[in-house]
Amino acid sequence: MNLRRDVFQAIADPTRRAILMLLAAQSMSAGAIAANFDTARPTVSKHLQILTECELLKQEQQGREIYYHLNPHKMKEIADFIEPFRQMWDERFNKLEAIMKNYQAKNK
Amino acid sequence: MEPKTKVHAEEGKQDLLITRTFDLPLDLLFKAYIEPEIVAQWMGTKVVKLDVQPHGGYQFETSDDKGNVVFKANGTIHECTENKRIVRTFEMENAGFPVQLEFLEFESLDDNRSKLSMQIVYRSIADRDQMLKLPFEYGLNMAHNRIQELLATSK
Repeated sequence: MNLRRDVFQAIADPTRRAILMLLAAQSMSAGAIAANFDTARPTVSKHLQILTECELLKQEQQGREIYYHLNPHKMKEIADFIEPFRQMWDERFNKLEAIMKNYQAKNK
Repeated sequence: MEPKTKVHAEEGKQDLLITRTFDLPLDLLFKAYIEPEIVAQWMGTKVVKLDVQPHGGYQFETSDDKGNVVFKANGTIHECTENKRIVRTFEMENAGFPVQLEFLEFESLDDNRSKLSMQIVYRSIADRDQMLKLPFEYGLNMAHNRIQELLATSK
């Protein structure tokens, strides 16, 4: 559970969310990512480190540069976290729909 | 295929949006929210009180098969505009969660389909996230219990 909590802490920060959004489109080098922010490069590096540590990002050496890309498994884990909540409402609404269809048929 | 029920919860916000499309005409969808007998059926709870009008309120009570009350909830109605909108509060009793504010918007898509958009505002970001995680944690507990049962019987 600790790991999951870490993931949520990681995405609670707006800069880190912005980094994830950037990398959703393509993998990028640390320098190219930093160029998108006004924050100092070491600050961006720190964010990249946190995102990598909780496995939201993966590093890949390409020549002299390290490229970052999203770890799709971990991103899915975040989505899965609220899936039971969605299912709970979905089941409730399915029931409502079934009951009202029945009501509609009876009152025609 | 797009899911009929969607949950939109942005990180770092204290509200969330639940949307659902129904294969029901708008008036029937709205009726499901204001008729006590119908609410009792789909919510699976006893409706002690349901008075959907400004300054009105509601009270739900659910008991287990032995008759012990296991769930109690109540709220106040702030606005009710027929086939359009309900604004209300929702509070679980003795559960330790603060009251939440709910905006329900009803709209017609065509003669046989309608849509509900439900915005729920929580007291804090932490409260919202906790409510989001409840069903997940419940599922996790159920899985743990099941594993323990299996282990116990295989001994």
